[in-house]
Amino acid sequence: MWILIIIGGGISVAILGPIQISGYGNLDGILSSGIKAIIAILMVVLWIFILSKIKNWIFQKELNP
Amino acid sequence: MPERIIAAAAVSVIAFFTVFFLTPVLIRALEKRNLTVKDYNRKGGAMVPRPGGISIIVGIIAAELVVFGFFPRVEILAIMITTSLAFLVGLVDDIRVMGGWFKPLALAASAIPIILLGAYDFNLAFPLFGEVRIPLLYFGIIIFMITVTGNTVNSIDVLNGVSSGFMTIASFALTISLFLLQNYEIAIASLPLGFVALAFYKYHKFPSKIFPGDSGVLALGGMYGAIAIVGDVEIIAAVALLPAIFNSFLFLSSMKRITEHRELKSKPVNTEEDFRLKATPHKDAPVTLVRLIVAGEPLTEKQVGYVIFRLAIFSGILAIITAFMTGVVI
Repeated sequence: MWILIIIGGGISVAILGPIQISGYGNLDGILSSGIKAIIAILMVVLWIFILSKIKNWIFQKELNP
Repeated sequence: MPERIIAAAAVSVIAFFTVFFLTPVLIRALEKRNLTVKDYNRKGGAMVPRPGGISIIVGIIAAELVVFGFFPRVEILAIMITTSLAFLVGLVDDIRVMGGWFKPLALAASAIPIILLGAYDFNLAFPLFGEVRIPLLYFGIIIFMITVTGNTVNSIDVLNGVSSGFMTIASFALTISLFLLQNYEIAIASLPLGFVALAFYKYHKFPSKIFPGDSGVLALGGMYGAIAIVGDVEIIAAVALLPAIFNSFLFLSSMKRITEHRELKSKPVNTEEDFRLKATPHKDAPVTLVRLIVAGEPLTEKQVGYVIFRLAIFSGILAIITAFMTGVVI
């Protein structure tokens, strides 16, 4: 889980950091925040999915050595 | 610098000894009013006073008021208010059994003072890779963090001494991390959490003389989450709490929904005749950290507690390593 957090952090900074929306005036900040929020939520869902698969794999391995 | 050392020493002493001396008084008061619950894992099924959250919150507030006196910052105020609200949420649940959704929603509301006082920073710091600025999302993180830490600490409160012992270790790991990141005033504000948990552990460890109840564990968890937000150490705090987060994750992924312990149809562990804990074979029982620990062989409650503490020490060390990594940017 710790390694996934570190990797997830790196991916977050690499993907979310550069996102900048321009050309919509006062809505620029809200739009870029909104897009970052959606991507971040999708990343969390993916993180939980990967964690579930790892958990199931470990349990299967324990049950069928 | 001398001011900080004096403040650190003062709040540590106040936090520890307030709980140390108040808890026996609370035990007698609760026993007198017959506010006790049965400890099913103990021989003879002893009746244990509950909730101990009152002595915990008094210790926290007494110490934090002193911190505020030394460093009158909104962050300290936010910690006090959020912790108090989390305590009240737990107290409601102690007095009157509420549904599964009550605690998460009420804890989410406890996070509002942090937002209203502006005691936050939009930047989320990741180890090695730097910070990301996430203004809109960060409000969600504030609410999510308090809810998660509160419920996570609550979910680990399953055996004598585990929640207070675990929080002692995680809190001190967080405090060390804050000192390493040179966030001295918030580090001093976090000291009461560790010392309150440590003092309460003396009475909560096996065989428990008092249970913290929801009011106690939500106060501890709520304060932990508040410190993580105002101290800008969200990721480090999550790492220190990993065993408890893993427990919550296992529970939720096996049950597929938020469920109160009281609503469970099948228990994850059973108590044998010799009072050792054994994993149940029921397929519909939730997978929990305790169930995993005793899956190999039955263990006593004390032994399971020590396994969880070893896991907490390991994740605490990982949290401190993460703090070092947060200071380094690739």
